[in-house]
Amino acid sequence: MIHGPHVDWFALAPSLAPLAAAAVALLGSVLVPRSWRSPFGAAVAAAGFVASFVFAALLFAQSPHGEPVVAGAMARDRFGAMAALIVAAAGLLVIGVSYGERLRDHPGEYYALLAAAGGGMIFLGFAYNLITLFLGLEWFSIALYVLCAIDGERERSLEAGLKYLVVGSFGSAILLFGSALVYGATGRLGFAEIAAATSAQHLTGDALLVGGLAMLLVGFGFKTSAAPFHMWTPDVYEGAPTPVTAFMSAATKTAAVAVMLRVLLTAFPAEKQLWTITVAVLVCASLAVGNFGALAQTGLKRLLAYSSVSHAGFLLIGVAAGNRLGTEAVLYYLIPYGAMSIGAFAVVAARERELGTDVTLDNLAGFGWERPLLGAAMGTFMLGFAGFPLTGGFMGKFLVFSAADEAGWWWLTVVGVAATALSLYYYLGVIRAMYMRPAEELQLAPAGGSPPRELLLQTVAGTCVAITVASFVFVQPLLDLAQKAAESLPY
Amino acid sequence: MLTTVLIFLPVAAALAIWILPLSRFAAGSFALLVSLVEVGLWVDLLIRFDFASSQLQFAQQTSWISSLGVSYSVGFYAFSIWLAGLSVVVLAAAVAYAFWVGRERARAYFGLMLFLTGAVIGVFTSQDLLLFYACFEAMLIPLYVLVGVWGGPGRRAATIKLVIYTMVGSLLMLAALIVYGLDEGTFDLNAMGPSSNTWIFLGFMAAFAIKAPLFPFHGWLPDAYRKAPPEVAAVLSGVVSKTAVYGLLRIVIAKFPGPVGDFRVPILVLATVGLLYGSLLAFRAPDLRGIIAYSSLAQMGLITLGLFAANDLGFDGAILQSVNHGLVSAALFLLAAMVERRTQTGELDRLGGMARGRPLLATVLITTGVLALAVPLSSNFAGEFLVLAGVFQQGWAWGALGAVAMVLAAMYALRLISAVLHRDPGSAVSDAALDLRPAELGVVVPLVACLLALSAWPAAISGHAFGGNQAATPTVTKQAKSSFQNEARAAGPRWAARCVVLSRPNSDAIGAPCVLTSHSPNAPQQRVVISK
Repeated sequence: MIHGPHVDWFALAPSLAPLAAAAVALLGSVLVPRSWRSPFGAAVAAAGFVASFVFAALLFAQSPHGEPVVAGAMARDRFGAMAALIVAAAGLLVIGVSYGERLRDHPGEYYALLAAAGGGMIFLGFAYNLITLFLGLEWFSIALYVLCAIDGERERSLEAGLKYLVVGSFGSAILLFGSALVYGATGRLGFAEIAAATSAQHLTGDALLVGGLAMLLVGFGFKTSAAPFHMWTPDVYEGAPTPVTAFMSAATKTAAVAVMLRVLLTAFPAEKQLWTITVAVLVCASLAVGNFGALAQTGLKRLLAYSSVSHAGFLLIGVAAGNRLGTEAVLYYLIPYGAMSIGAFAVVAARERELGTDVTLDNLAGFGWERPLLGAAMGTFMLGFAGFPLTGGFMGKFLVFSAADEAGWWWLTVVGVAATALSLYYYLGVIRAMYMRPAEELQLAPAGGSPPRELLLQTVAGTCVAITVASFVFVQPLLDLAQKAAESLPY
Repeated sequence: MLTTVLIFLPVAAALAIWILPLSRFAAGSFALLVSLVEVGLWVDLLIRFDFASSQLQFAQQTSWISSLGVSYSVGFYAFSIWLAGLSVVVLAAAVAYAFWVGRERARAYFGLMLFLTGAVIGVFTSQDLLLFYACFEAMLIPLYVLVGVWGGPGRRAATIKLVIYTMVGSLLMLAALIVYGLDEGTFDLNAMGPSSNTWIFLGFMAAFAIKAPLFPFHGWLPDAYRKAPPEVAAVLSGVVSKTAVYGLLRIVIAKFPGPVGDFRVPILVLATVGLLYGSLLAFRAPDLRGIIAYSSLAQMGLITLGLFAANDLGFDGAILQSVNHGLVSAALFLLAAMVERRTQTGELDRLGGMARGRPLLATVLITTGVLALAVPLSSNFAGEFLVLAGVFQQGWAWGALGAVAMVLAAMYALRLISAVLHRDPGSAVSDAALDLRPAELGVVVPLVACLLALSAWPAAISGHAFGGNQAATPTVTKQAKSSFQNEARAAGPRWAARCVVLSRPNSDAIGAPCVLTSHSPNAPQQRVVISK
């Protein structure tokens, strides 16, 4: 008889709660009357994310000292808990954005997949060996492939799903190959054991290990949508249903950046010289591609997709710094960044439903005056993305730049500053489109009648504004959390 | 506490205006009321301010990001109180004018104006580098929208140019302040020691040179000043440009004595070129706002000359001239707006002869114009004289070139007066165009009255800009200074005591003004003069 390892269910709870919710939502889509399926699915998925948030908070409070659990497959620590908190909150907000979406006849499946994807991302944040790393990655990726294609009557949605599937699988395959090489070099799966084996067997600079590390970095590059592995981002972000895009931009990025920090810092401290410079190169590429790409966009979702690539660059500055302040800065930055992206896509979703067509800079004309709350919210998000003060976006940039400077990489700060200057043009362009062009310039008449009042979506946008501004004012409390979380990783 | 109220009262009022469903009239009158309360608070502050002391007053400090040494720290030095006063007065006039004109989308408009007021006061009071940066950038948000939404034709290009120019400068400052702050271990301006890093210095210099603007960084200026709504142009040239003066004085000159010394000549050259070039362009400008815009460029050059003369005369003159120019250019922009409202154009070719039958307009415009050309006995004359006397000590040529610019100022100011008021009535001037209305007088006369009061007593500012009266400035001996510096080295790099000689870096000349920064982070800088 084979004895299973001791399972720490408490450590698993944040990722199991959304998974359970997914199961209940799926059941609901069979058992619940048709007209109740959408509210039922949304409520169950929301409950799953709330439960996950609560569990993650408890886990954060009760795991001051990180420890490997479940036979070393998972880490029970504050770092994973913090990532789980962000993902769960993002999931909850996205449900608010999704509720008004026309989901036709499969709302139950939609919410189930959303919750399942959230569970996978949270699981990934706790991953502590190469197997759970791949498991978590595939878990949420497969859910997302389907979510992207869920709007089956829209060709673009199907195209997005397929594209994401092909490119995403490619990324996963490379990551898996990299894992195999690392395992081949060290003979170990656990992150901490890989580091120990590297120093014990004097493997620093070993070709197999370095090759594996490089492939892991490529895999992470795909998931964080860092250039030059970003090719899928604009098409998928544009084609996927807008709430799904919102979820991908906020939650996927959080999970991917978190696991990247954990893997690099825990498993490859000996190769720090190599991966910091590699990540710095990714930073420069992402900032250049993201910002130059966004300059040329007229479609708002594509513009935000390139903005997401550029923000992958800003977040990875903190990773490239490779120091404690860098980790703190990234964990902090993910909070306002997540709020801003979900909020921005929420506003896009609102406009989309109002017009019944894709949102471009042109048909945003007059939006700010017609819908003052959503317009002001969108303005706040754009200013936040651009790093204006009074938003957490500014503090995030300030902190990652500080981390880079502390690591002695002042030139990375200069690159970041130049990219920010470039980004102003298109972020302010959105505000210009909303407020400074009269609605008479609008090419396209609204779909007819007064726009639907979506209280839930407006609440989400308002919450995202509140998070964006509050994270500027109350930096220190959030930074304290990030500090405690960052202590879980070795430097 | 009063300082915090002065910053956040208008911000809170802005939020209230945005949220409450006020009518246009209610929004405007509420905004005007708040602006006037700001002026009242400032007067209260002025009365209670102790000009004999050189300490930071009305200070408040609360930790913000403790792990990086960032705090919410505000307070007034003597020179900042004058710049803050200029801001509240000019912004109140601008709000009053906008209320009278009846701007469209009143709630958005007045909310943004009040938000701008709070941000500007924040810049003039912040004692923390990151807070300063946050306020400096926050100013740009309302300005972007104010110019872009309520401006004239071509406003969109103007506003994007304004924002991108200034943001590029500001972002360089951000990079510089991160490096500087992390090196010092704190962002508290009163605790940060001087730095000799040229790159950091250039980062800050870029931000302020663009904001001021200093030649050749003035590319955004003509468009922004022409296309903005006139009262916003008044705020831009009168108040917002002065944040650069404050930054140069509080950060660049106080914290980078070494690089300032190295770059003194190039900066003085740029300032002089800006002064002469701006004056010439103002003389050649085809429209009213062009004249005022380029004269602003010239005046900012003059103020920079005063700042980088690096002696008491120059500093006092620069502060006095900042206030003078703020009031003059705000009054002129508002007068230009009043003329444009009557004629629908600012082109000088189509104006003229407006003095006939419009005595009030003629009187106010001539008074302001004459003050602008720095006629002797005016406060502008006092300010320019102090600046030129100060910069003369750096070399007679600076003084001589500055004096040439004063002649040019007379030329463009007189051209403006005669083009509007005298000559034959222009094609755009109809007899139906009324004289100034009482409300318009109510907006512009207080500004002119402030100028006349300053003309009567310019020393109100020039003698009270830096705390402690000059005669009682404490002195340190050369020996004491060097022992002070040795002690500082022993104490380590942070919180160190340093003596920064203002006139020439590390000069031990007797009589050289000098700033002492002591060990304690709470004790502010002390101005002394080196004695035997």
